[in-house]
Amino acid sequence: MLVPLSWLKEYVNIDQSPAEVADLLTNAGLEVKTIAYIGIPGADLVWDREKIILGQILQVEQHPDADKLVLATVAYGGEQPEVVVTGAPNLFPFVGQGDIRGRDLFSPLALEGATLYDGHKEGRKKTVLKGKPLRGIFNRCMLCSEKELGISEEHEGIILMVKDENSPVYQPGTPVQDLLGDAVLEIDVIPNIARCASMVGVAREYAALTNQPIQYPSYEVVMEGPGSGQERVTISTDEPELNPRFVAIVIEGVEQKPSPHWLQHRLRLAGQRPINVVVDVSNYVMLEMGQPNHTFDYDYLRQRADQYAPNGPIHIHTRLPRKGETLTTLDGTERSLLPYTILVTDAVGNLGLGGIMGGENSEIKPETKNVLLEAAAWNFINIRKSSTRLGLFTEASFRFSRGVHPSQALLGAKRGAELLRRLAGGRVVPGIIDYYPNPPQPVTVKLDLDYARRLSGLDLTGREMADLLQRLAFKADLHTDHLLVTVPDYRLDIEGGHDLVEEICRLYRYEEIPLTVLADTLPPQRGNHKLELEEQIKDALVQMGLQEVITYRLSSAGHEARLLPNSPPDDRPYVALTNPISPERSVMRHSLLASVLEVAAANSRYQSRIPLFEIGPIYLADEDAVLPTELARLALVLTGERVVRTWQQNQPELYDFFDLKGVLDGLWADLGLTVTVEPAVHPSFRRGRTARLLLGETQIGLMGELHPLVVEKLDLRVEKNQPVLAADIDLEAIYHRVPPARPYTSIPAYPAVREDLALVVRQDVAAAAVEQEIRKAGGYLLRQVELFDLFIGGNLPPGHRSLAYHLTYQANDKTLTDKDARKIRQRIIAQLERNLGAKLRE
Amino acid sequence: MLDELEKLHAEAQQGLHAAATSDDLSTWFRHYLAGKGQITLLTRQVGQLSPEERPVFGQQINVIKKELQTAYESRAEELKMAELEAVMAADTLDVTLPGRQPARGRLHITTQTLRQIYRIFGDMGFQVYRSPDVETDAYNFEMLNFPPHHPAREMQDSFYTNTPDVILRTHTSAGQIRAMHEYYPEPIRVILPGMCYRNEQITARSEIQFYQVEGLAVGHNITFADLKGTLTEFAKRLFGAKRQTRFRASYFPFTEPSAEMDVSCFLCDGKGCQVCKQTGWLEILGCGMVHPVVLRNGGYNPEKYTGFAFGMGPERIAMLKYGINDIRQFWGNDLRFLQQF
Ligand SMILES: [Zn+2]
Repeated sequence: MLVPLSWLKEYVNIDQSPAEVADLLTNAGLEVKTIAYIGIPGADLVWDREKIILGQILQVEQHPDADKLVLATVAYGGEQPEVVVTGAPNLFPFVGQGDIRGRDLFSPLALEGATLYDGHKEGRKKTVLKGKPLRGIFNRCMLCSEKELGISEEHEGIILMVKDENSPVYQPGTPVQDLLGDAVLEIDVIPNIARCASMVGVAREYAALTNQPIQYPSYEVVMEGPGSGQERVTISTDEPELNPRFVAIVIEGVEQKPSPHWLQHRLRLAGQRPINVVVDVSNYVMLEMGQPNHTFDYDYLRQRADQYAPNGPIHIHTRLPRKGETLTTLDGTERSLLPYTILVTDAVGNLGLGGIMGGENSEIKPETKNVLLEAAAWNFINIRKSSTRLGLFTEASFRFSRGVHPSQALLGAKRGAELLRRLAGGRVVPGIIDYYPNPPQPVTVKLDLDYARRLSGLDLTGREMADLLQRLAFKADLHTDHLLVTVPDYRLDIEGGHDLVEEICRLYRYEEIPLTVLADTLPPQRGNHKLELEEQIKDALVQMGLQEVITYRLSSAGHEARLLPNSPPDDRPYVALTNPISPERSVMRHSLLASVLEVAAANSRYQSRIPLFEIGPIYLADEDAVLPTELARLALVLTGERVVRTWQQNQPELYDFFDLKGVLDGLWADLGLTVTVEPAVHPSFRRGRTARLLLGETQIGLMGELHPLVVEKLDLRVEKNQPVLAADIDLEAIYHRVPPARPYTSIPAYPAVREDLALVVRQDVAAAAVEQEIRKAGGYLLRQVELFDLFIGGNLPPGHRSLAYHLTYQANDKTLTDKDARKIRQRIIAQLERNLGAKLRE
Repeated sequence: MLDELEKLHAEAQQGLHAAATSDDLSTWFRHYLAGKGQITLLTRQVGQLSPEERPVFGQQINVIKKELQTAYESRAEELKMAELEAVMAADTLDVTLPGRQPARGRLHITTQTLRQIYRIFGDMGFQVYRSPDVETDAYNFEMLNFPPHHPAREMQDSFYTNTPDVILRTHTSAGQIRAMHEYYPEPIRVILPGMCYRNEQITARSEIQFYQVEGLAVGHNITFADLKGTLTEFAKRLFGAKRQTRFRASYFPFTEPSAEMDVSCFLCDGKGCQVCKQTGWLEILGCGMVHPVVLRNGGYNPEKYTGFAFGMGPERIAMLKYGINDIRQFWGNDLRFLQQF
């Protein structure tokens, strides 16, 4: 909402600078987003107080030598009036009228040397006014347009201001800064300050914050002449809950002319385009005091009434739509209606959407003379629902959907009628029609003083609290241990004591509330086991050179299906969005690995080395539960160069299966878990390079080299034959299996015996089986088994391979002899031969 | 024989001087001082001298032997040094060539920020509590005092799922009630980190998912002044001891009184710059005293308990700290971005 400070000053005294006002309001919850300065210090163009002043136009004559120029005689407080040459079309009507002093016509006058914006150039270019002859007549001053002063882009004519009993007082020679200079605050109206969605609303807040009185606009209306509004118009509703109050006033004989300058200027600064005085007054009242209102063409309503009540009153009725009913709104759109959208109607048909927008049929037309001014109250939830569903957001629906108290309807109607009388020459027909079946009771709230102190941390007396609240127009009666507070009707946001504590804190000022340390009981400190374990895993993987990523948890079934080529799709139900932003982000993922691979593919365009991991949830919809199961997963992806490329090694080897396996082995060692692998088959992975990870009997995940089709479908830009390694691990299976601490192994005091053992086995015997057999046969004295060579071919029998191990024997209590070692070795060889058909390699 | 000794002595001194390499030197040593060297041989001939001559000669030869031994050792040291120098001079490196960096990994920048937040609040007794990403409307909105069609719901555009009344949480505040139900009647100090979702276009300034860290303290005597004190302490530890905080009134349906906490801009020291939009302040978090309706929904009697809650975005904090101007970088996971932190 745009709030010109000059407009606020109508209701409250402001001594502070615009920046100070903005600060005060911001701290109190009315956040000022921007301040736009016009003509005053702070603006790009500051109007010189001596050289840009108000002039009164005394006479307008035709330029003797130019059809399109006139000579305006302007009094500006100097000894002699100035004669100004101008081509402003809006002065032409005054040519030849002689002395027009009595018309009280004023305009900003720039004297020689003043800096202005150039009216003839695009945008805002400054120029200094210099005297020069115009068609033979020397001209040293200029009457200004809005563009030249930087108020708007308007350059069709000069600014013309008429002094009358409704306008500000204009005096020749007054600095224009003091009349049109301004600072416009842009205030963010969050839901709980709907009461501030008007000038009066902001002024009320400012007055309370600065402890000053507020001067409300006059709500008196002069009604005279014949007839009675109540006899001409009656009102009823089917829905008093949705439309608690409906006020209407008949105004006759309005003249649809442009509004006076001061009103147009205010509307413009507040972001509204002036149209004509009838429309402008309606907008002005809404901006001024927050009550949206609507004007109907009275004669049109009367014509319709002739159809249903030739001798009776116009009957306005609010109701819900009938089946299939449509309405053409002011903007010319025919709209089908929602069953809960309340309508303003008469017996012939509908006339408008209540609280949102009027209908086209009953709107004011250029020839309209008689109007029916409506100001009503509507249920805010209903207006919100309707306006959202219809996609129709108006200034009226903005306010009604945030809540406007019914008390405001009468005030708004009166204010509007009186302004139409004064500015549009209308006659207000006596007898305000006010349909208000159930006026609500005033709200009273009990505020317990101890509670207020306990919540705020402020040690205030009841009297002090009452004084703060009274500044905001709360009526507070002090009792021994509580205040009984009557809430002003426009404060729809106050429900209980806690709301009053906020008001007390706001007026006390948040910045004055002390800073204290939590002194309350410390809750039991339990830690978060799962998080701590995840952090431990992250640290271990980062230490091993992997980069953590955090991916979108929203994915698509199509993307995840890429991981399962030539196989049936994942048939577990997804948590699917009904309003996704795009098909790619339409379901909560089933696969963390698919998400990490998406990131790997994006990086594969730029990176020759991609070592990634992520810990995050997957989401499995559960038919028996409202919410899905969220399960923690760890995904790893390795592809590309194993080490960082350097000038010495510019074509490093590529990551392969055993890099990934090594990383996982390192992780298990860190966690103190014994995880074994066995060959597996899975459509995501390459056959023969896939392993199942087992913790005891439980499968905790899969690892392997991605299937070439998967690599292709995921658009991973990798070299031909470059392996992409991936693992998908179920952390839920690990969380409770990680031992809290691992026993330490002492460093041996006696020397070890080392020897090598080269074996020949059939190729289908797994290395893990060989190692396991060696360990079993070696017993407790065999400390280390380390594979150091794997060989195929040469003179080995076909279908066989050779595995060579470093073996380390060591005892805790003595130095082993060669004889001891030989005994163990014999045992190992014999057992391997017996169980695996292994032979010693010659 | 003394003459012979003198002659040998002079000759040895000369020879030592002339030895230019370690090889020369060992030849010299073998020739004079070793077991079969000239000096040693001469020592053995002492028997051929008369008993009177023997002591004189013996003494003399010992002096010479000692002197030659010392001279030999120092010459050996000299030659070793010279040779090492020569070897090093012949094999130098261009020290300006690039180094070889170990392949290292890093934590995602959001994880790093979260850890800082965990640590600071951990020191103040706040523990981490996590709750689901996919939530019911009840936990995300209704129990937090957002009635249906309340205007405040419009501040947060939700993603709806194919299960009625199940949405992706729009804020981690959704976990507040869960934490209260779990801990009642104990006092509570938790922070609730988690991914949140909003139905917005993905732009440099807005994302469909983002982390949030909610905080919740509930007890018998927790005040708005405690809220200010705790969060100011947090801000000073996260952004520096010189930082100041400003609390301004705001609105959240689940807190009352509510506030927005700004921290004095750490880029311009509060003087005003582009990042703080010339205000000198950066908006860091929203906070307030837990609304009595929310306490009651969590099982805590609002007449006996009070509490505060706050919420902040780690991505926003990181963006301010590092001058990141595009939030899409966080989930884009471009390694060229991630490896800078
Ligand atoms: Zn700054």
